[in-house]
Amino acid sequence: MKTIGELSQALRSRTVSSVELVQDALARVASAQARLNAFITVDADGALAAAREADAVRSRGEASALTGIPIAHKDVLMTAGMRTTCGSRMLGNFVAPFDAHVVARLREAGTVLVGKTNLDEFAMGSSTESSYFGPTRNPWNPACIPGGSSGGSAAAVAADLVPASTGTDTGGSIRQPAAMCGITGLKPTYGLCSRYGLVAFASSLDTPGVFARDALGCALLLDPMAGHDARDSTSLDRPREDRAAALRAPAPVRPLAGLRIGLPREYFGDGVDAAVLAAIDAALAKMRSLGATTVDIELPAVRHSVPVYYVIAPAEASSNLSRFDGVRYGHRAERYGDLADMYCRTRAEGFGAEVKRRILIGTYVLSHGYYDAYYLKAQQVRRLIAQDFARAFDRCDVIAGPTTPTAAFPIGAKADDPVQMYLNDIFTIAANLTGSPAMSIPCGFTAEGLPIGLQIQGRHFDEARILQVAHRFQQATDWHLRPPPGEGAADRKGRR
Amino acid sequence: MPLTFDDVQRLARLARIEIDAGATRDIQAKLDAIFSMIDELLSIDTTGIVPMAHAQDAMLPLREDAVTEVDQHALYQQNAPAVVDGLYLVPRVLD
Repeated sequence: MKTIGELSQALRSRTVSSVELVQDALARVASAQARLNAFITVDADGALAAAREADAVRSRGEASALTGIPIAHKDVLMTAGMRTTCGSRMLGNFVAPFDAHVVARLREAGTVLVGKTNLDEFAMGSSTESSYFGPTRNPWNPACIPGGSSGGSAAAVAADLVPASTGTDTGGSIRQPAAMCGITGLKPTYGLCSRYGLVAFASSLDTPGVFARDALGCALLLDPMAGHDARDSTSLDRPREDRAAALRAPAPVRPLAGLRIGLPREYFGDGVDAAVLAAIDAALAKMRSLGATTVDIELPAVRHSVPVYYVIAPAEASSNLSRFDGVRYGHRAERYGDLADMYCRTRAEGFGAEVKRRILIGTYVLSHGYYDAYYLKAQQVRRLIAQDFARAFDRCDVIAGPTTPTAAFPIGAKADDPVQMYLNDIFTIAANLTGSPAMSIPCGFTAEGLPIGLQIQGRHFDEARILQVAHRFQQATDWHLRPPPGEGAADRKGRR
Repeated sequence: MPLTFDDVQRLARLARIEIDAGATRDIQAKLDAIFSMIDELLSIDTTGIVPMAHAQDAMLPLREDAVTEVDQHALYQQNAPAVVDGLYLVPRVLD
């Protein structure tokens, strides 16, 4: 298994071509599809054409660090001329007429798009079981979920089908599957990467981000993805940063000296699996040995983050998903009476159970008589949570803890119990409510061999710092380099 | 307060989603469980707390009041279920 940095170096030294990398990726995607179902759409012809172009660019001496690197996009990001389904019957045949901003930026940076990855329908879920195209399976144990909603993107990187992929994170949908698949995932600050062309779920929370094997890979993708886009009114105009170059700077002897890591009491309490706590404790001990100090902090309102989220996100979703009416795009019922009947049958057929549930919750909390009690209240508690984080960041530089309370669970275990499924995101939702950047990095395994993730949260726009913490930890450990069973043995051309 | 069968049917009508009686009961049970979890918010003292609609304390940017979109209706309508002469077709609403 090679990282993007290593693949980039191999391309630069001409020990491998982009065409070879893409052929290898396509072969692996095809052979893993029946076992993992990580992809919804694969574009072999388009990928090979883009790889040939990337090799031509390189031969002209015009290549960047990402030129010729195969990647995959979560199938909630628009890709011009390619099917963009959101894992829903509603958009099963929808061909995107334009590229999402982050898709275009990664295309311009020279990446080669292999295909679109599976997800929970409209990114609403924590297990990738609710996709119309069937569940994705975890490469570490195919009987288990990969996490969600970006489960296809996480499984694709974990199984080494592609070295990197995009995801979106509304309540943990990058960090939770990164933790459960044993890879590195980054949710940037809200507003750093444009949402243009990201099919909207909850507009005040949706955040495009990345998966890679290591923090350097995440930085290499984030740098071109970030940047102002006038087509997203919440996109912020920030100075450009070269985060990848900062990571490549030589490390001092004590690379984390001076770093204060806040440990929220609320992240280490009841309900967290003992194996998860042990792995997190060991990771924090390693960081202390690298020079960091740890500080106990309190985030008392964070315990309300799940109920706050399940008011705000469905409220925004019920509004955003009203556009799917069978008129301008997407599924339309075959049989119907009048216009209202056409809407009702189209939406009944086009949406799955979880999406319908969230639309109904959102409709309820926004309806007359309940708006103040639920929606306004949730927005006030959101403020309390953000105030907790602001106070905590006066005492520390980053906040760390488990990404998830448990490792991956068996497919079907929580499928019929939405509340248990929602509680899975108890540690990840707060970063969406506050808009802060956050990562998950691999830091150990359960006795059953399932990966465990450490979450590192930062202040707004402090991606460089959390990437730095993750990178220095990864330079001192090898959790992120361990392959799932059966994935490490093959000797593939140009890959090792 | 638990949702009634009629509440769920009313929400389905508002949301323009057809839900039959059998599915309504299952949805009612699941929504009740979800709102039992959400209802902990109702007892939190939020007196004087300004609602937070957004993660960034930024003003929405303004731009020139000018047409920036080009006409791409033919491209966009390729995804439409029913189109004739550049118009979206829907069931007749006027006789």
